[in-house]
Amino acid sequence: MSDFPRWKYALVVLAMLFGILYALPNAFRPLSAVQVTPNQGAAPADDALRQKVADALVKSHVVAKDVEVQGDHLLATFANADVQKSGADAISALLGDNYTVAFKLQSTVPNWLTSIHANSMPLGLDLQGGVHFLMQVDQSGVLDKLENSYADDIRGQLRDKNIRYESVVRSTVAGQGIVVVLRSDADRSSAADLIAGNSPDLAVTDGPSTGDRFVLYAAIKPTKLRDLSLGTIKQNLATLRNRINALGVSEPLIQQQGEDHIVVELAGVQDPAGAKRLIGATATLEYRPGISKFPDPRAREAAQSGSIPPDANLYYEAGTNEPVLVGKRPIVTGDQLVDASSGVDQQNGTPSVNVTLNASGAAKMQEFTNNNVGKPMAVLLINTEYETSTVDGKVVRTPKTITKVINYANIQSPFGKEFSTNGLGSPKEASDLALLLKSGALAAPMDIVEQYVIGPSLGQENIKKGFDSVMLGLALVLLAAAIYYKLFGLVADIALFFNLLILVAVMSMIGVTLTMPGIAGIVLTLGMAIDANVLICERVREELRNGSTPHAAIHAGYDKAWATILDANVTHLIAALALMTMGTGAIRGFGITLGIGILTSMFTSVVMTHAFTALIHGRRKLKTLSV
Amino acid sequence: MEIFNHNSNIHFLRIRVYSIAIAVVLMLASVALLATKGLTYGLDFTGGVSLVVDYAQPVQTGDVRDALEKGGIVDPVVQSVGGTREVSVRIQPDKAMLDAKGQVDLDKVASVVMQPLKAARADASLKSRSSVSAAVGAELKSDGMLAAVFVMLGIMAYLWIRFERRFAIAAVATEIHDTLVTLGILALTGREFDMTVLASVLAVIGYSINDKVVVFDRIRELFRLARKAEPEEILNRSINSTLSRTIITSLFTGITMAALFFFGGPAVHGFAITMLIGIVVGTLSSIFVASPILLWLGVSKKDLMPVTRENPELARRP
Repeated sequence: MSDFPRWKYALVVLAMLFGILYALPNAFRPLSAVQVTPNQGAAPADDALRQKVADALVKSHVVAKDVEVQGDHLLATFANADVQKSGADAISALLGDNYTVAFKLQSTVPNWLTSIHANSMPLGLDLQGGVHFLMQVDQSGVLDKLENSYADDIRGQLRDKNIRYESVVRSTVAGQGIVVVLRSDADRSSAADLIAGNSPDLAVTDGPSTGDRFVLYAAIKPTKLRDLSLGTIKQNLATLRNRINALGVSEPLIQQQGEDHIVVELAGVQDPAGAKRLIGATATLEYRPGISKFPDPRAREAAQSGSIPPDANLYYEAGTNEPVLVGKRPIVTGDQLVDASSGVDQQNGTPSVNVTLNASGAAKMQEFTNNNVGKPMAVLLINTEYETSTVDGKVVRTPKTITKVINYANIQSPFGKEFSTNGLGSPKEASDLALLLKSGALAAPMDIVEQYVIGPSLGQENIKKGFDSVMLGLALVLLAAAIYYKLFGLVADIALFFNLLILVAVMSMIGVTLTMPGIAGIVLTLGMAIDANVLICERVREELRNGSTPHAAIHAGYDKAWATILDANVTHLIAALALMTMGTGAIRGFGITLGIGILTSMFTSVVMTHAFTALIHGRRKLKTLSV
Repeated sequence: MEIFNHNSNIHFLRIRVYSIAIAVVLMLASVALLATKGLTYGLDFTGGVSLVVDYAQPVQTGDVRDALEKGGIVDPVVQSVGGTREVSVRIQPDKAMLDAKGQVDLDKVASVVMQPLKAARADASLKSRSSVSAAVGAELKSDGMLAAVFVMLGIMAYLWIRFERRFAIAAVATEIHDTLVTLGILALTGREFDMTVLASVLAVIGYSINDKVVVFDRIRELFRLARKAEPEEILNRSINSTLSRTIITSLFTGITMAALFFFGGPAVHGFAITMLIGIVVGTLSSIFVASPILLWLGVSKKDLMPVTRENPELARRP
């Protein structure tokens, strides 16, 4: 025990305890369950509901393990995923739209473990079944919108200051921003000062000047563009979360991947069509000044003759298909909307929708409504759809936007942050509109570029196979090490076993999602973790052959092997880091597992085995070593 | 127990002309194979639609292909996955499989593909389905290349600092050899190259550098200890004294990968087999390739003496 300090023993004991305790939750298999949550206005989840659900399940011959009320929701647990599916079908048939019926994996980890934050690893889709979508965010529309609004701003500013201009248009060359053509050099410099002063996000540069055409470029600064892009993705993520929560999937995975991709994984969902309808819907909202609506003659004529006033757009109302003329510039867009709920108007008793805007939206709305009481305002829903065509043998997809007017009403009094739209046809119409407004607007349309559906049986099979191969790989290495290195091999075996435990414990604690590639990473880690012990044992053997005493051989063995182990592991860790930086989920999972495995194995193979070796050989006089 | 004679003194470096020649030939052959035959890219890279179909009774892939072609599906790629009862079907989506928006509708895909299969064999059932766009695949390819380059540069930098320039160059040269030959074998055998195989190739780089570093470490140690340091002699002794470790570790890692191959199921088949190929290539190159390169680069004792202030006496020695 001479050369092994006490604190290291303590550390080893603590690490072993940590490994056992935090890996333990993974031994408790979660139950397939169905969660029933009442929607707003529905009867709460109580004993009566429980009885109703239990009876319905019995009637449809679905065997539930248990049906119980848990807080504000009801939970029915089933023996396996197949029964769970029939159970969910029976329950949603019974309860209809008033309740959200969702698949759930109910944890069976005992409370005393969860109270110390020991939880089991979440399982990836390949281990439990579900649907996976990878979506690409199309940001070009956002830039279009922003540049158009800047162009409008510039026109307004120039008019206000009486600076004469020939044209203000968006450049046809991408990235050049807005092209302002002025009549004189003096006008150009005062316009440049004006634009730069009013819009700090625009970079203003002089363009070519010929005769009486003096060109000025106003491009959006790169920093602003980057902020915009970040904001767009964030907004889309938030909107997706809202929409998926409406689907009622428990613990959905919704995250950014790479620069402009979003990955969505819904465990337990087997019907991608429904999910896709909801998350793939690329609706955005705009509030615009209303000009005229059928049967008003202006709208009717515009629709008939096709000559639309320059400051207006012609759209059609959803449902009635009546033509509507609206102003070109949006007052507020859907990304400025915070909340929307349906209710009944206090004054006239008609169904209404109450809307809350964020601060910037509220300011704009206040300004607009102050000046436009009694005038109409329109709500536009803009959907992006993709058309597929074949060009030169390649499938080309062109986005197409479809804009519908979903609401057209007069402004009764100025408002800002909160306002309500009343006079809707029915309570159902009001709640539909509220849902549409709230589940909100994606800041940019998205395109599904990758999707897969994994059946629950495949998940079960993968878990079993993964578990089998980890156990078999472990057993074989344990056996081989024990045979080849005898006592030292057994010590290495104990360390390897604890390496597996600590690796699983760390992964569980930081919440790494377990996938098949991750399991492959665990198996590979087991194979390579023993390398450090091979190095140590070979060194000890060498020292013994060179005539060292057993104690000296152990000491020198660990000492000399350490430098090699460190170098080998650091280089290996560099490889694992590269895998982690790869955007793709599956490879990242593998890299993370490998990286954690390298770190834990350095501890278990070196410090832990040294502690055991010191404990076994410590004070005894030794003639030989069993290595 | 000992498998290897610890007094082994095989003169690996005497055959260095041959071993390097073989390595170069293997590398060139791999590059040629990759250029001509190319890798058989999986769905992750090519894009398209893929389904896994399960049969209650064993099935021939040829029969499945015939049934699909009879059902009007063009050029289906049918492969058996793990056993005789499960096949994967890969196709490029046609019009009937797209939804109104022109995106792949997996439900439609399922019905289009399963109809002819069920007609031919009633015991066919759909297990999983996926669709990937080609753009994602292209991105994955470039990400993978970038990661490989990042690994090599990172390792090179570390070895440059910890060891010396020549070690860094020798290690990375051998790494490139290992990666190319592993990819070459994958191309030769026509094994499907998917995302997990890419992960495995990157892991092979990590594994094989591990092996080289152990030998290099011993070389450095022996150079520092030796009074009369004849590089060829030192390098040869280093390979011999780490030989037992090199092979035992390869065996141990090989055992676990074999377990993964035989019991892990089709999802990790490609991973395990690639890793096994990489282990063999990496082990051989650690013994036969890395040290000859080091010798040719002209490694010598004085390059490796630590700049120690505690022991200036040692540093001054030739």
